[in-house]
Amino acid sequence: MAMLLEIRDLHIEALGEDGRWQEIVKGVSLELEPARVLGLIGESGAGKSTIGLAALGYARHGCRLARGSIRLEGEELFGATSEKLREIRGVRVCYVAQSAAAAFNPAHRLDDQVIEAAVQHGIMSPGEARAEARRLYAKLKLPDPATFGRRYPHQVSGGQLQRAMTVMAMVPRPDLIVFDEPTTALDVTTQIEVLAAIREAITDEGMAAIYITHDLALVAQMAHRIMVLRHGLEVEVGPTERILEAPREDYTRALVGVRRVQKPEKPRSGGAPLLEVRHVDAAYGAVPVLFDVSVCLEAGRTVAVVGESGSGKSTLARVITGLLPPRKGEVRLDGRPLPPSLKERAKDQLRRIQLVYQMPDVALNPRQKVEEIVGRVLTFYFGTNGAERRREVERLLEEVELPAGFADRYPAELSGGQKQRVCIARALAARPEVIICDEVTSALDVQVADAVLRLLLRLQEETGVAYLFITHDLATVKAIADDIVVMLEGRVVEQGPKSEILSPPHHPYTDLLLSSVPEMEVGWLDRVLRERAERKARGEAVMEAADR
Amino acid sequence: MRPRPSVLVGFAIIAVYVAAAVIGPLVSPYGEAEVVGDVWEPFSAAHPLGTDNLGRDMLSRLLWGASRTIGVALAATLLSFTIGMTLGYLAAVVGGWVDMVLSRAIDTLMAIPTLIFALVVLAVLPPSVVILILVIAVLDSTRVFRLARAVAMDVVVMDFVEVARLRGERLGWIVFREVLPNTLPPLIAEFGLRFCFAFLFLSSLSFLGLGIQPPAADWGGMVRDNANAISFGLPIPLIPAAAIAVLTIGVNLVVDWQLERSSTARRGA
Amino acid sequence: MHPLVKLVAQRLALGAGTLLVVSALIFAGTEILPGDVAQAILGQSATPEAVAAIREDLGLDRPAWIRYLDWLSGFLRGDLGTSLANRVPIGEMIAGRLENTLFLAGVAAAFAVPVAITLGIVAARYRETWLDKAISIVTLSAISMPEFFIGYILIFVFAVKLFWVPSIASVFPGMSFADRLYAVTLPVATLSLVVIAHMMRMTRAAIVNVMASPYIETAELKGLTRARITLRHALPNALSPIINVVVINLAYLVVGVVVVEVVFVYPGMGQLMVDAVAKRDVPVVQATGIIFAATYVLLNLTADVLAILANPRIRHAR
Repeated sequence: MAMLLEIRDLHIEALGEDGRWQEIVKGVSLELEPARVLGLIGESGAGKSTIGLAALGYARHGCRLARGSIRLEGEELFGATSEKLREIRGVRVCYVAQSAAAAFNPAHRLDDQVIEAAVQHGIMSPGEARAEARRLYAKLKLPDPATFGRRYPHQVSGGQLQRAMTVMAMVPRPDLIVFDEPTTALDVTTQIEVLAAIREAITDEGMAAIYITHDLALVAQMAHRIMVLRHGLEVEVGPTERILEAPREDYTRALVGVRRVQKPEKPRSGGAPLLEVRHVDAAYGAVPVLFDVSVCLEAGRTVAVVGESGSGKSTLARVITGLLPPRKGEVRLDGRPLPPSLKERAKDQLRRIQLVYQMPDVALNPRQKVEEIVGRVLTFYFGTNGAERRREVERLLEEVELPAGFADRYPAELSGGQKQRVCIARALAARPEVIICDEVTSALDVQVADAVLRLLLRLQEETGVAYLFITHDLATVKAIADDIVVMLEGRVVEQGPKSEILSPPHHPYTDLLLSSVPEMEVGWLDRVLRERAERKARGEAVMEAADR
Repeated sequence: MRPRPSVLVGFAIIAVYVAAAVIGPLVSPYGEAEVVGDVWEPFSAAHPLGTDNLGRDMLSRLLWGASRTIGVALAATLLSFTIGMTLGYLAAVVGGWVDMVLSRAIDTLMAIPTLIFALVVLAVLPPSVVILILVIAVLDSTRVFRLARAVAMDVVVMDFVEVARLRGERLGWIVFREVLPNTLPPLIAEFGLRFCFAFLFLSSLSFLGLGIQPPAADWGGMVRDNANAISFGLPIPLIPAAAIAVLTIGVNLVVDWQLERSSTARRGA
Repeated sequence: MHPLVKLVAQRLALGAGTLLVVSALIFAGTEILPGDVAQAILGQSATPEAVAAIREDLGLDRPAWIRYLDWLSGFLRGDLGTSLANRVPIGEMIAGRLENTLFLAGVAAAFAVPVAITLGIVAARYRETWLDKAISIVTLSAISMPEFFIGYILIFVFAVKLFWVPSIASVFPGMSFADRLYAVTLPVATLSLVVIAHMMRMTRAAIVNVMASPYIETAELKGLTRARITLRHALPNALSPIINVVVINLAYLVVGVVVVEVVFVYPGMGQLMVDAVAKRDVPVVQATGIIFAATYVLLNLTADVLAILANPRIRHAR
């Protein structure tokens, strides 16, 4: 069969800070047949978005297509004139960006933007294009298809915008659509709906697609073939089943491999709880965020608080740490109530609860060396100084599996995983009884995240520290939790030991959440959609994503 | 990032001016107000830049003026930074009503054009050096406040500041050890800009006859004194005016580079 | 109430409040002298009779806030008080001069705004080329120079050496528009140079900022023409920052005239105010000061309101 897109030995360069051009894509080749979907997968910096844009003959500001060949049905796009490229873009190849919220122009109505390419290129009259857009709005299950397009981008939700962007790419009836992480910014329960809608639409319309993501389980639902990329080079390429079932390269195996971190659930000791949140209501100004939340943590155990954005899980951490005094209810440590506000708490009370953040980049002062960052805690709480402090910092660094010499480094000289380890060392320095981990692995690449989780588990065994683990990632929860708290819109919908929560019967929301997490299995999406449809047909309560 | 040639030019200009301000009065061939010749004598070996409207040596007056004009502007800038940064950090770190009151007050002060406010005050106060420094510093500190508050706000929301708060650190530690070191690069550039402003502002006041008073030499005043020479085809007032312009251009060249550097450094982080 | 109306109303109320506080500040500015204002105005050698006369003129025997209210209510009724120096009602002194100043600033704005915006768009369009860098160096130099330096250079070259235009911008009632325009050539050029430099740099920054937005990339990836991307996608979003830039610079212009009027001996408000400060003619300083300040406040207020009106997120609220 004739190839739709053929990329040969493509090199792309980016302008470095020193003013020199550096290769970020180092000779990648790929091909795509009509009406097929190719998945491009890799971690940040793999060059996958850059390659996706090259399919439109486009390089971002500060980047350039250095050499190679990009052929669309035999036509060379590399070095083509801008007139020639304009006839391709928005006609034969369209693009769906990661953040539709930023990619739509805030000054114009959705309709005007959605039909623009088709009308400007003379493919359709405005009337025809509008009708086509309405048909596609309906197909992508957008609300009120007839009037949806009259709204402005800021008037609709993130999930709806992402679907509207897909419609925008489909209206001109292109041969190829490039999807660049179209669901990454969405909550997991919204993601599955957008995913299903996109897949149905491209299949029905017979369009080819390049689907770019960092999530292998996700791309396995969308693509016929998958190309794994790393550091601007191809690792391997093959049919989706083959990549998942028989990966040839170690790197791919690591991506496919189920998490190696697996902790058996610890039985409850039945002792007095260490940290207790009792019937807490909290609000930001006049906006209520938490409603009657109660959570309980025993010494040496891990409670995972799960929820999507807006569930109030991070607010819970702010209440516990005293950053946000609750409206009602109280937080108890070791049976004694903690003063609601940080300012009223004693130094020792502060010491016993430590926090590790999601973004290690902003959690470390860039102007302080690691020795100062970790050592300050020792000086502050225990009055340790001088050589003794240095020794203790080095011991803590070894504890988190970093070389002692890192004490003399600035955060900018560390990788993301190393920074997160420094943050953990800083928390440990206070010899806490509770560490609140707020999405600590979500900014890290999968393998690095796994290593950090293993470290946390080892530290728990050695020091007996309790973790309150806040996350939206159910895989992490399965890996490390003893107890699970499921939150939705500021309320706890279900809580209990891991084994109980993860096995049926579930609360409808827990069910929605659990079944929405992509699994590393071809056909998972079909299975979930089928199951949901069957249960609905049987008249069971099936919750749907709110998609606000 | 390596400095461009224009930046080196900027640094060289600043170095020459600083040297002139420091040792100018010592090496000046004549006294500040010493009458040594005729009115508006042409350039000569005795008077390399000629003489002024009262027959005083232009070069000597330029050298004396350097220390006065630059000195007053620098003092005003330092004072405005002390006021502006203290209040700006206070507003950002403490927040709440302290921030609201300070910000509102500064906004109102900034609603009045600087020159007009200075003119109103100078209508009743004598234009002594101390008064000039105070007036310029107070007016200028509003801009410093705005910037210091804005950059400190950016840092205050960072998690590492929250870490320090959660640890129980005092306000002093948070301001001086956590926030301040992370806000210096943009403020260094701002210091250059504010100095230029103070320097131009002082020169303008002197040019209007309301700044440093004669017979003390001051570049803005020298332009005013010799303005009539222009109509005789003598470019004499252009000499002190050019002296003013060259310094501000030099500082701006360096500031531009510093701003670019700190913005790329932030993007790189 | 529509959030737009509410926001604009809030902004206008804030503006009115600001004006009131500004008037109080300007009044207070002339009251901050420790000791006796009358004595300070006349100097140490003044006769007691003269001091007493001024005290009566200024009403210094009454509390400051009552004098402020008197002054303010007089001002609102159009009574600007009487000059201490020549006993002429200030309203008469100002009338013609205000007109001259507005003429000068207006002509400068009419010339500078289109030029600056065009240059800003050109520099943004060709950013990081030699053209952009050249414009950048020239404008940086222009904003680094005091207005009087630019003014005297222009006088030296175009009036003294080339005899193209007059060095002194004298205007008088009954002059034809063309003659007036000719008379103010140099002051307009001086003001324009400084304002164009500022406005052009800010316009460039605003456009570069908008052009870096993801929705511009979306437009490019739709294969739209450069003209359509600029006019349809960049311009509506750049409009609000550019309007802001223009109005802020108009406000700057109004104050910038003070120095330029002195350089060119132009009979405007700025010249009048500077003379009054030198003569310590407090009522004239207050009156001119409040007119300058009010113009400045109103222009900045206009910028705020226009920025609100141009923001699609506020115009089409959820």
